[in-house]
Parts: sequence; C-alpha cells; structure tokens
Amino acid sequence: MTNDIFIFAEQRNDKLHPAALQIVTPAKALAEKTGGQVVACVIGDAIDNAATAIDKAGVERIITISDPSLAMYSALRYRTALTAAVQKVDPKVTLLPATFMGRDLSPRVAVRTKAALATDVIELQINDGGALDVVRPIYNGKATCHVTLPADRPAIASVRPNTFAAPSGAGGAQREALSFEPASGDERIDVKEIAKTGGDIKDVTEADIIVSGGRALKNEDNFKILFDLAKELDAAVGASRAACDAGYQPHTRQVGLTGKTVTPKLYFAFGISGAIQHMAGMRGSKVIVAVNTDPEAPMFRVADYGIVADLFKVVPLLTAEIKKLER
Amino acid sequence: MKILVVVKQVPDSTTVIRIGSDGKDIDRAGVKMVVNPFDEFAIEQAVRLRETRSDVESITALIVGPAQAAEALRTVLAVGANDAIHLEDQAFDQLDDLQTAALIAAVVKAGGYDLVLAGKQEIDLDSGQLGPALAELLDIPHVGVVTKLEFADDGKSLVANRRIEGADEVVQVSLPALITCEKGLGEMRYPSLPNLMKAKKKPVRKLTAADVPGFAEATAGVGGSTMHTLEPPPERPPGKILDGEPDEAVRELVRLLREEAKAI
Ligand SMILES: Cc1cc2nc3c(=O)[nH]c(=O)nc-3n(C[C@H](O)[C@H](O)[C@H](O)COP(=O)(O)OP(=O)(O)OC[C@H]3O[C@@H](n4cnc5c(N)ncnc54)[C@H](O)[C@@H]3O)c2cc1C
Ligand SMILES: Nc1ncnc2c1ncn2[C@@H]1O[C@H](COP(=O)(O)O)[C@@H](O)[C@H]1O
Repeated sequence: MTNDIFIFAEQRNDKLHPAALQIVTPAKALAEKTGGQVVACVIGDAIDNAATAIDKAGVERIITISDPSLAMYSALRYRTALTAAVQKVDPKVTLLPATFMGRDLSPRVAVRTKAALATDVIELQINDGGALDVVRPIYNGKATCHVTLPADRPAIASVRPNTFAAPSGAGGAQREALSFEPASGDERIDVKEIAKTGGDIKDVTEADIIVSGGRALKNEDNFKILFDLAKELDAAVGASRAACDAGYQPHTRQVGLTGKTVTPKLYFAFGISGAIQHMAGMRGSKVIVAVNTDPEAPMFRVADYGIVADLFKVVPLLTAEIKKLER
Repeated sequence: MKILVVVKQVPDSTTVIRIGSDGKDIDRAGVKMVVNPFDEFAIEQAVRLRETRSDVESITALIVGPAQAAEALRTVLAVGANDAIHLEDQAFDQLDDLQTAALIAAVVKAGGYDLVLAGKQEIDLDSGQLGPALAELLDIPHVGVVTKLEFADDGKSLVANRRIEGADEVVQVSLPALITCEKGLGEMRYPSLPNLMKAKKKPVRKLTAADVPGFAEATAGVGGSTMHTLEPPPERPPGKILDGEPDEAVRELVRLLREEAKAI
C-alpha cells in the first residue's frame, strides 16, 4: 500500500461530473497528511476534455482508461477498469463522488480490492493511528456518525456532492494511458439507452438551486410559476411526495426519503409543510428558504429565511425581483 | 426460477432519533421497527413477477438481524415469500455492510437463485453498499436504483430502468442478477391479517455463525469499518422570518440571499 490518494474522476460524454472536481479538495488534504500524491483516474471513451478538467483541479498524476466499450457506464466494465487502476496505484485511500455512479461502483471495487468502505461521507481525515476517520449522515440526516476504517487495509469513501468546494491548480499532471482489459462476463450488462427525464430542465441532483413545491400548489398548471422562477435562477424544480402522488409532478422530481437526496446551495420550499421524510432529502442544503401560510409549519424550523405568506403572491414577486437583478 | 429477497428491519421513518447514553447507538426504547421501505418494493416486485410468470418456483426472504427481526420476516412472508432464512447471532452485530454482504454470500452461494432483490439502501444507516457488494461476491451482474423492471423478450434477461442524474439508464442484464429497488416500482400490498396468520406457518430457517461454513474467513477478507460516536446533526443557525407585506418581504429576501447568504 502506498501513501497515495486516488480519486475516481467521473465523467459522462467527456464532461466531468462537478462532484468529481470537488473531491480533489479532501484528496489534497489527505495527501498532505500521508505525504503521497493525488492520482486521478478517468474512465470512458474519448475523455480528453474530462482529463484536462481534472488536471486543472491540481492533481499530480492522471490515469486514463479509454475504450469504445466504456462509452456508457456498466457496473461490471467500470469495476474491472477502476479495479485495475486502483491496483496499479495501490493507494491508501480511494475517493469517489457519492453520485449514482460512485455509489453503484464503490462497493464492487471495495470487494475486489479487499478494502473497507464508507459511503456518502461529509468529513474525512487520517487519524494519528494512520486510519481514515470519516463523518457521515445517518437516519436520513437526523444524526451523524463517526466511522473509522482499519489502518491496515485500503480505504474507500464516497463523498457527498457539494460538501467541498472545487479547487484549482496549475495543471500539467503526469499522464498515463492504461489499456482496458475486459474480464470475462463483463458483457452481462448492456446499457441500451439513456432516456432523458424531465425535458430541458435540470434534474434536482444536478442543480445548484432547487425550487420545490408541495401539495399547496394544488395542480400541475400552477407549477408553471415555479418553472418561471426556476428559469430565472437556472434552477431545477422539485416537489414533495404529496405533490408527486397527486400527479402534479413526476416522481423523478420528488425530494425526500423515497425521493432524491439533494444538497444544493439554495433550496426553496413553497407550500411544503416540512414532514420529516421530506426533510430527509433536503436538510443538507446550504441555504433553505421556506414560504408557507402556516407560521407553525416545521419547514420554518430548518429554514434560514422564511416568509409567512401565500406562495401564489410570493413566487411571481420573487421572479420579478430576480429578473431586475440580472438587468 | 428462484428469487431471493434480502430485507432489513429499520426504525420507522417518523422515529424521533435520540442518541443513547453511550453515544454509540440510538436510544431504541419504544422505537417502532418496520421493513425497510426500499425492501418493500423488492418483495412486491418478486410477488408481481411470480404473478405474471409461471416459472417462478419460489421466493425466499433473508434477513440478518436480532430475534426481533422475525417480525419483518413475517410481514414479507405475509406479502408472498414462500420461506425465509433468519441469520441471528451476536457475532453478526459487529459486521459492517461489506462483511454482512460476505456473510449473506456465504449462505446463498449454493442456493441457485436466479434473481436477488435488495433495497437501494437502508433508511437507518443509509449506506447503500450491500446490494452491489453482494453481487460482486456472488460474481453476478447488478443494476442499482431500479425504478422499472421487466423481462426481455428472450425470457433469460431483464430490462431495468435505473435512475441517474436527469435521466434513466435502460439496462439489459442477463440472469442470474441482482437488482436494488427504488421508488417507482410498485408499492407493497398490505399484509392482510389472514395472510399474517398464514405466514406464521411458513418455514423459517434459523442460522447462527456456527451454521455458516467459512463464516470467519469470508467476513475477515473485506470491510471492517467501525461505527462509533453518534452526534446530532449540525445545528442550523436560527432562521429569520421576514415580516411585512409580501412585496417588502420578497425584496428583503432577495437582498439577504445576495448579500448575506451569497446564494444568488
Ligand atoms: C415511508 C414514507 C416515505 C416518504 N417519503 C417522502 C419523500 O420522499 N418526500 C416527501 O416529500 N414526502 C415523503 N413522505 C410523505 C411526508 O410524510 C408528507 O406527507 C409530505 O412530505 C407532505 O407533502 P407537502 O408538504 O407537500 O403537503 P402538506 O403536508 O399537505 O403541506 C402543505 C403545506 O402547504 C401550506 N400551504 C397551503 N396553501 C398554501 C399557500 N397558498 N401558500 C403557501 N403555503 C401554503 C400548508 O400550510 C402546508 O404546510 C413519506 C412518507 C412516508 C410514510
Ligand atoms: N441485515 C441485513 N439483512 C438482510 N438484508 C440487508 C441487511 N442490511 C441491508 N440489507 C439489504 O441491503 C439493502 C441495502 O442496505 P445498505 O447497503 O445497508 O444500505 C437493504 O435495502 C436490504 O435489502
């Protein structure tokens, strides 16, 4: 085992996932302590732009594995490729973004490399015994816990998106291309297509700002005012389960325990009461704004800013006010 | 075709979480335990497959957990599993997720299951490791976070919609395979009282560490993380309620978001 810190620089269509840049920040901090290098690995097909983007974040070494059969994500092919790169570097710690891909891939690579694993972490450090200590939310954010990974084994952690700011660096990392050696049986998974959901508006897991509506919106048409606001803010539109179950919005937009977990920089909750299961999905947001007619709504307890008023009055005023800003 | 559904028992999602006096676990007094919501989708999916296909021979449910976990098995048996395996031993309480996967793999490896269904993640420790790790240990493909599942025309593989950022991946996967279940799959039917009574008579195989050949080696080879020191979530600073007429409040909100929070 070396002292290096390895990161999986997730990309799709040669575009680096923003969360992949963010994990360079904790990787550098860990490498400072271990005295090792930060090594990034990019996997896919035709991945020059992604490799350049991770280089600009200031990593020391980049391993690329490029192959037409890696154009789309496959749990098997990607675990084979990533395992090969991890074994080549033999790092002390491997970090992945806790995205759909990172969460899917990390357990497989952990098993393959006989590592220990912590998912969705929000703090990491090497303790005095040389082991990786992490903090991660549990009980859907109702508590956090400290987890220690054994010092005598490689450690793998997936890091919650938007926990760290992306760094920048000089570029010019040493590059190395590894050829992809598929394992027999890797063809058992075949991605047929990527079907976009939600049209041209961002997904709640991708956006820095989310404009969410609840049962109070009363119907699908009324959501239009939220889409208008979202457009001004380049935001995604989210919804409570009550709003999704009533058919006002598709379930792909549901935020919460059985919806998506989101950690945007700014979250607007319009006419959402703040049930514990909704908060499970959004309480990690940096800034929360609540608008509700009921001053007792639990959402006000986690909100940074609240307005006790009718959302149908507030939203159009807010959209107009934001428009003014941009001029 | 034989289906295995792995389920976990977790505190109900409305539970108020209080940290116990030792700081290592939550206070479990009076906490209502339920089948993990994502595992409800898994058992329901298994039953639906049996209803639409004549070649589903059996659905087996498996749980690793204390004596109390038998209640969760009973719910799953009432919904439609034929039989169950309950892995109960104090030695299992110390295992992390990867090691639990290694334990389950050791038990089911020779079971000849064509399809393994798990939840996307448990709602207590939120780790989401077990499904993909189990698939790796069984050397079978998996598709994670699946919202729609159907048999392909060849009858030997599945077509699954898997949720990713802003899209669905449509994935074809050959059997045997493991699927982790997400909302979007059908909601679990209600376990009726007569079915709960019948479930009591269905066979449940109880296994301890001594009944699992190779238990020590299997679990020593991977994982080993220790969870300690629980803390309440970071406090959010008290919020500001912006008073006044809506137009004033909105102007103040935009000013604060810009100047104080630097969020827009
Ligand atoms: C196992 C389980 C999983 C769940 N998962 C989720 C999940 O993933 N996501 C989720 O959201 N929920 C989830 N729920 C449901 C959750 O418990 C709540 O029922 C749901 O979040 C309520 O949605 P809501 O806030 O939109 O509706 P309500 O609770 O009905 O709240 C509507 C709010 O709008 C306010 N209001 C009404 N009119 C106006 C107006 N004109 N202007 C401003 N405010 C107004 C009201 O005061 C009220 O606070 C889950 C529940 C369970 C049991
Ligand atoms: N103790 C357990 N016994 C059986 N299945 C489990 C256990 N823990 C987790 N699982 C399964 O693995 C899924 C993911 O759990 P986790 O990886 O722990 O978040 C759950 O939804 C269950 O299907």
